[in-house]
Amino acid sequence: MAGVADPHQYLAAKQRWAPIEVAFWLAMLLPFVLVPTYLPLASQIAITAIFAVSLDLILGYAGLVSLGHAAYFGLGAYTAGLIAKAGWGEPFSGLLIGGAAAGLFGHLTGYIVVRVRHLALIMITLGIGLLLYEVANRASWLTGGNDGLQGVAMWPLFGSFDFDLYGYTAYAYSLAVLFAVVLAARRLVHSPFGLSLRAIRENERRMPAIGAPSRARLRTIYTIAATIAGIGGALLAQTTQFVSLGALSFERSAELIVILVIGGTGRLYGGVVGAIVYMVARDRLSGMNPQYWYFWIGLMLIGVVLFLPNGILGGLATLLPRRSRAS
Amino acid sequence: MLRAMTLCLGFLALLAGPTSGQAQQTIKIGVILPFSGQFADTGVQLDDGIKLYMQQHGDMVAGKKIEVIRKDVGGIAPEVAKRLAQELVVRDNVDILAGFALTPNALAAAEVSAQAKKFMVVMNAATSIITTKSPYLARTSVTVPQIDEAFGNWVAKSGVKTVYTLVSDYGPGLDAEASFQRAFEAAGGKVVGSVRVPVANPDFSAFVQRAKDANPEGIFIFVPGGTQPAAIGKALASRGITPKDTKIFGQGEITSEDALKSMGDDAVGIVTAFHYDYNHNSPMNREFVAAYNKAFGRNPDIYSIGGYDGMRLIYAALEKTGGKADGQDLIDAAKGMTWESPRGPMSIDPETRDVVQTVYIRRAEKVGEHVANVEFDKVENVKDPVKSRMPK
Repeated sequence: MAGVADPHQYLAAKQRWAPIEVAFWLAMLLPFVLVPTYLPLASQIAITAIFAVSLDLILGYAGLVSLGHAAYFGLGAYTAGLIAKAGWGEPFSGLLIGGAAAGLFGHLTGYIVVRVRHLALIMITLGIGLLLYEVANRASWLTGGNDGLQGVAMWPLFGSFDFDLYGYTAYAYSLAVLFAVVLAARRLVHSPFGLSLRAIRENERRMPAIGAPSRARLRTIYTIAATIAGIGGALLAQTTQFVSLGALSFERSAELIVILVIGGTGRLYGGVVGAIVYMVARDRLSGMNPQYWYFWIGLMLIGVVLFLPNGILGGLATLLPRRSRAS
Repeated sequence: MLRAMTLCLGFLALLAGPTSGQAQQTIKIGVILPFSGQFADTGVQLDDGIKLYMQQHGDMVAGKKIEVIRKDVGGIAPEVAKRLAQELVVRDNVDILAGFALTPNALAAAEVSAQAKKFMVVMNAATSIITTKSPYLARTSVTVPQIDEAFGNWVAKSGVKTVYTLVSDYGPGLDAEASFQRAFEAAGGKVVGSVRVPVANPDFSAFVQRAKDANPEGIFIFVPGGTQPAAIGKALASRGITPKDTKIFGQGEITSEDALKSMGDDAVGIVTAFHYDYNHNSPMNREFVAAYNKAFGRNPDIYSIGGYDGMRLIYAALEKTGGKADGQDLIDAAKGMTWESPRGPMSIDPETRDVVQTVYIRRAEKVGEHVANVEFDKVENVKDPVKSRMPK
């Protein structure tokens, strides 16, 4: 940051697309030609990446640790699933409604969440997650409870693309939504608002003193993150045409933190890279050794945290000094 | 950064490397089970059943080589189960999907079976509706209503007038409660009360006290296997409810081998219904248990027998089609198939493709040093009652 005098100039510089970003998105199209039989996995990676980006916005940028982020993911998934089950199977509107429902819940819970810090914050987010899980479990007449939500029937995307067995539609759809989400998140974090979030993360007390209301801004970003998580959940419900309690589970929240830590927090693409590495590794390892593959995941996690404290992207940035100054 | 990214992509490409084509003389079976997480033991026991069958019967059927591809679903994760099923079908070109310990996973994978027209054998998941989700699906385990309706009827006929039901508050528990009560009342019994216990870390004592206060002749219990049967056994004993004065009934989980070990003498007298126990007294079962012990160093359980009979069904269906692995041919071959299993006679209902079998009524008794389930009555040829009631 040193050397840049004008903040507008600084932000404008950040908004510009780096060649590596363009290359990255082009590479995301490769699965269509290189590994067309892996598209179901690829679409679930894209969905996990959306979810990870949403957590990164609050964890990485605003410094709010959440152990219950799956609540919003699951809410989006159940909303989208229930709409489709009720007879409205249009994917795109279902996606938006799923996101909106999660966003609304995120806004309401945000009032509680931003009041507390540290251990209390972890407990509250954990509590919200467990609460919603139990509600969905109890309301088995609505959600199918333990058996999962049955009968989610999706209409073809834009009226012409059916969700096929090979996952072409699912991946194209998920990738497009991921791109839109990253685009939006990119604008957000490189705006004055995004900058103020990072300032709040560094010193929350000081921000109100210079005219930025910390809590209001945290609530805003919490709502946005919840909306994006809900969109991810809705996407999962639509592409798999099934929703289970697992969408709301603590394991999903915890796994997401692992993914973000592996990829690198507070770096826009950290969640995306983390999702790719984690899910590909999981797929490969569990294929090789169905019983003890968690051992290798654990080893990977320890390795990353010990040797790459800022995740894979943080490690790469250190290796390439030019880039690290820029980010 | 660019170089690093290229490296990353190279790494991905390497991981996702192509799987080489297989000879056409191979029949591939994709097995989806939880091999990790809290249901890992179920997955392993079921898979050992599959392995034992293949050890005993070789890996050639009707001139084709059988190849099993195993995938870990990691717990209750239907989206993973569905993806694995999709991948097995489109990438590994499997001919048959098999395994499935948990209902949500089986339901999600059944959609793939229906869409891709692949034969699917459910070897454990026990919710009634699963078989309705794909016309190419058959089941070799059990359904909860199958056991508990037969049992409710039996309990009423045995002369017990009033029962109290205590079940875990989740899918299978609610199924058990509904089936048992329905059949018990239909046969003239009266349910004097019922309670649902949280499925995670319950403290049974308050619930057991409630059951005691209702003063029923018998208590029907359904809790998942694992640590809970022993806990409820202790709670019953500490509140003074013993099989001597209050009859205790349950689905077989509560007197599984491990549960009996930890309950010890407290368990003596508990009457349960189930479709298989390793103590089942038949020459075929004794041979099966001995072989299983020799191969894996432990006794088989209901999961093992589900896997073993599942493979039996696949092999027999392949024999019948002469090695043709088309979904329609295989399910047609499986319909109505009858055989003698270590659990006793069983068959596949030609209409519902679900398992038809004997439900055994057992009492926990002291046999030598240990407490074991001793069969003393049985209900033969039990079909899944839920599907029998469904409109055709």
